[in-house]
Amino acid sequence: MIQSVNHLALLPLYLAAGTAVLVLITDLATGRRAPVIGAAVAGGLATAVAAPPAASADATFCTGSACSWVPSPLAASMAVLFALLTLGVLGLSTPVLRLGAAPAGEFCFLLACAMTGGVVIGYAGDLITLIVGLETLTLPLYVLVGLRRFAPGAPVTTAGSAAAVTFLLVSIVSTAIALVGAALLFAATGALHLTALTGTAAAPDLAPLATVGVSLIVIGFAFKVAAVPLHAWAPPTYDGAPLPIAAYLSTASKLGGVLALALVVPRLDTGPLLAVLAVLTMTVGNLVALRQTRMVRLLAWSSVAQAGYILAPLAAGAAGVAAAAAYAVLFIVLEFTAFAAVVALRPPSADGGQIAEYRGVARRSPWLAAALVLAFAGLAGLPPGLAGLFAKVTIIDALIDTGWGWLAGVVALNAVIALAYYLRAAAILYTGPPGIAVADLRMPKLPVSRPVAATIGVAAAIAIGLGFAPQLLFDALT
Amino acid sequence: MASFVLVAVLAVPALGALITALLPDRAGRIAAAVAAAITFLLTVLLILTRDPGAGWFAYGPRTGAPPVVPWAQIDVAWIPALEVDFHLGVDGISYPLIVLTGLLTLLCCGYTVKQVPAGGGSGRTLAALLLVLEVGILGTFLALDLVLFFVFFEVVLLPMYAVIAGWGGPERRRAARKFVLYTLFGSVLLLLGVFTVVVAAGTADLLALAGGLGLSRTTQYVAFVLFALAFAVKAPLWPLHTWLPDAHTEAPTVGSVILAGVLLKMGTYGLIRVGVGAAPEGAAWAAPVLGILAVAAILIGSLVCLRQTELKRLIAYSSVGHMGFVLLGIATLTVTGMQAALIGNIAHGVITGLLFFLAGAIKDRTHTGLLSELGGLRETAPRLAGLLAFASIASLGLPGLAGFWGEAFAVVAAIERGGPLWTTLAVLAAAGGAVTAAYFLRLLRRVTHGAAKPEPAQPRVQPIEWIAWSPLVLLALLIGLIPALVTLDTHAPIIAITEALR
Repeated sequence: MIQSVNHLALLPLYLAAGTAVLVLITDLATGRRAPVIGAAVAGGLATAVAAPPAASADATFCTGSACSWVPSPLAASMAVLFALLTLGVLGLSTPVLRLGAAPAGEFCFLLACAMTGGVVIGYAGDLITLIVGLETLTLPLYVLVGLRRFAPGAPVTTAGSAAAVTFLLVSIVSTAIALVGAALLFAATGALHLTALTGTAAAPDLAPLATVGVSLIVIGFAFKVAAVPLHAWAPPTYDGAPLPIAAYLSTASKLGGVLALALVVPRLDTGPLLAVLAVLTMTVGNLVALRQTRMVRLLAWSSVAQAGYILAPLAAGAAGVAAAAAYAVLFIVLEFTAFAAVVALRPPSADGGQIAEYRGVARRSPWLAAALVLAFAGLAGLPPGLAGLFAKVTIIDALIDTGWGWLAGVVALNAVIALAYYLRAAAILYTGPPGIAVADLRMPKLPVSRPVAATIGVAAAIAIGLGFAPQLLFDALT
Repeated sequence: MASFVLVAVLAVPALGALITALLPDRAGRIAAAVAAAITFLLTVLLILTRDPGAGWFAYGPRTGAPPVVPWAQIDVAWIPALEVDFHLGVDGISYPLIVLTGLLTLLCCGYTVKQVPAGGGSGRTLAALLLVLEVGILGTFLALDLVLFFVFFEVVLLPMYAVIAGWGGPERRRAARKFVLYTLFGSVLLLLGVFTVVVAAGTADLLALAGGLGLSRTTQYVAFVLFALAFAVKAPLWPLHTWLPDAHTEAPTVGSVILAGVLLKMGTYGLIRVGVGAAPEGAAWAAPVLGILAVAAILIGSLVCLRQTELKRLIAYSSVGHMGFVLLGIATLTVTGMQAALIGNIAHGVITGLLFFLAGAIKDRTHTGLLSELGGLRETAPRLAGLLAFASIASLGLPGLAGFWGEAFAVVAAIERGGPLWTTLAVLAAAGGAVTAAYFLRLLRRVTHGAAKPEPAQPRVQPIEWIAWSPLVLLALLIGLIPALVTLDTHAPIIAITEALR
């Protein structure tokens, strides 16, 4: 049988994968940093630009009415987001690459590969494509987390390698769980395509098998979004990874998991399981974040809590998917802005450091501090971070609308807990050492390289823009 | 024209804040004062949009048209996905509060041009934050969309935190954190309440919602409990008031003035407009509890005041008592009670704003707020002492000054309501009013009379202080003599809001 392939539908994938190949060839041909980064940037931009027009193309790789590659507005928006996040991480990494702390060719190639995986997830029409996409997104990250060269004389740490190994082991286990789940579900229901997916077994005696399969799939994906109790890998991995990669992990990698869940959940009856996961995730994440003293760990635990808010509307099934997707996008914009500001506030190739080290930096870098405050306020769901406010409003609306009022109450109370630590981290930027007003502080200037500044500017502009016009996002997702 | 003014009232302070933040220190403070002055003029101009004929005949039997007819409104779709419209409007209930906000912000920004609290950040940032606060407060009073109301309600949280934490006293961080966590707790309950109503009614339009819009009884009960808790934190109502004394004690003078003068009113205004407006049956059901808590707040607030040893803390606790009278007025759900609440709101804003200005001035001059270390102010600084006496007497509710009407008619409304419960509440509230007189006289005896303890560094009242205080002195007198200034056009909207209860 000969299948006709709709190449227009596949255009974003071609461009993303082409970026990886282009970067590899450029690196082989020139061996210089600038062309390699240029190739990666060009490829990322092309993917972001080409995805929306290709959103209305017909599905392809079909058997009968079930297709494996299904373009949709949601998929296209997510492809754009993955491409933009990749560009952003490239921007944040430029100083590190310039220092030679990581080889530019390999770095850009792996990042482009991860982007390719991310683009695939949204378009996936069956479980196999979905899991392959998710793995393509994650696989390069094992290497990126540990990819670090040390300058002669610099203290050599094994934090990166330890983080990479933790991440690798947990990811392998979670993928195995998800695959077993998919296999059991297939055995019980005979369905692999998402449109045909149901939680009900073909024969009554296979029903337990289907239930186990569904649960295992959800648990496998919950690992990726770092939902409690499957979250323990995230804080040490984020903290051990280079800062831009930590940013990628907590945004793009998490988005992959969320997207996978959002594609699977509406077809399966997983409400109670997801509700329990959501409550645990947001509560534990917020409570533990209260005690953190390191900046990246604080962000890591807060992003665990945020995953809980994203899971909550998914408990309502199909009716909550739009809200979860909207929340995920707004959260990612704000989280990325926060990480970008942290990168800029630290010397190149430094780690996130202690929160106390950020004391009074608003005096030195008022704009960066303002960007970080904007991001923290948004993550806490308060103005001036209007984007975050509307994100919270969206999920509360969806939860009350679908009859999950008690879950909305848990989300609301968690928002109060969360403000305590965001406030602490934000206030320290404007606090001098004991006895010295911040206005009297004298601090050395720390130059911010142009790509990093541009990245923060764009991220903050998107965060502010979406805050005033969130309807743009809702339109793009549906 | 009218809609232009409505938008400009919010846009001018917002732009002013931006410009202030970008200018150098002194120029920025002046720019802020100018922006606040323009905003104040615009808020006053809103009265021109009132059509003297229309307001009075707009109510009547429900015919499908919204029963509350604002003087002017603007309605633009903003986020259709969340059913949020950018819907602003002004009517007799909100207008006095809007003008008061404009006035107090202008006075505070003007005061900041000359006086920046020591030991904090730059005065320019403080002035910019005051303007941002103004945007949030004015937006809350102007919003006629439930979700928009919530958004503006949230806008004030972080700027107020920053004002207290950045320019406050020695314990400022703890006090600021307590303030922001308590009030956020209130506003997340508001968020839940808002969407309970919006999901059930299918609209967020406050005009359409006024009168209950056929919401089921259970929905109204749930919504009103959420609203009442949310606004009780903000107002604040005993026993949810504990953030208030700390915040006031530590806040800088201008922060206290804004906080007591208009920020607390967002709670009482919200209770009338949103709580009673959108869930009238829930309000009728919960009214006795609200009334009992309000009277408890009056009694406990004034008894606690008798034992206070610190000037600003005493004034802060007196706010708990005064807001108790306002909430008692609302709890009666009668037109008299609501009007008393609205006058009480304005009077408290004017008088307590003045009291906090004076307390700040005394603390700046003597470097202490402890009553035991103050004394003899009428000999060392006679003008200051005279102003303090005036403000205290206005606050304790002397007839002829602004404080009288709100308190007296809250009691009258409770008596009118009749029945053993409300009569008892009225009697207890009146007794609380007597204790109020006692602690203010005690305050005056400790601060202005007796032996002169510390010599004030600057006994004379500065020109900038005269400029900032005299409008408040005049208003306290004017509202006392002509309370109709505040209640002029409130009858029709209150009837519309409480129509479902008749």
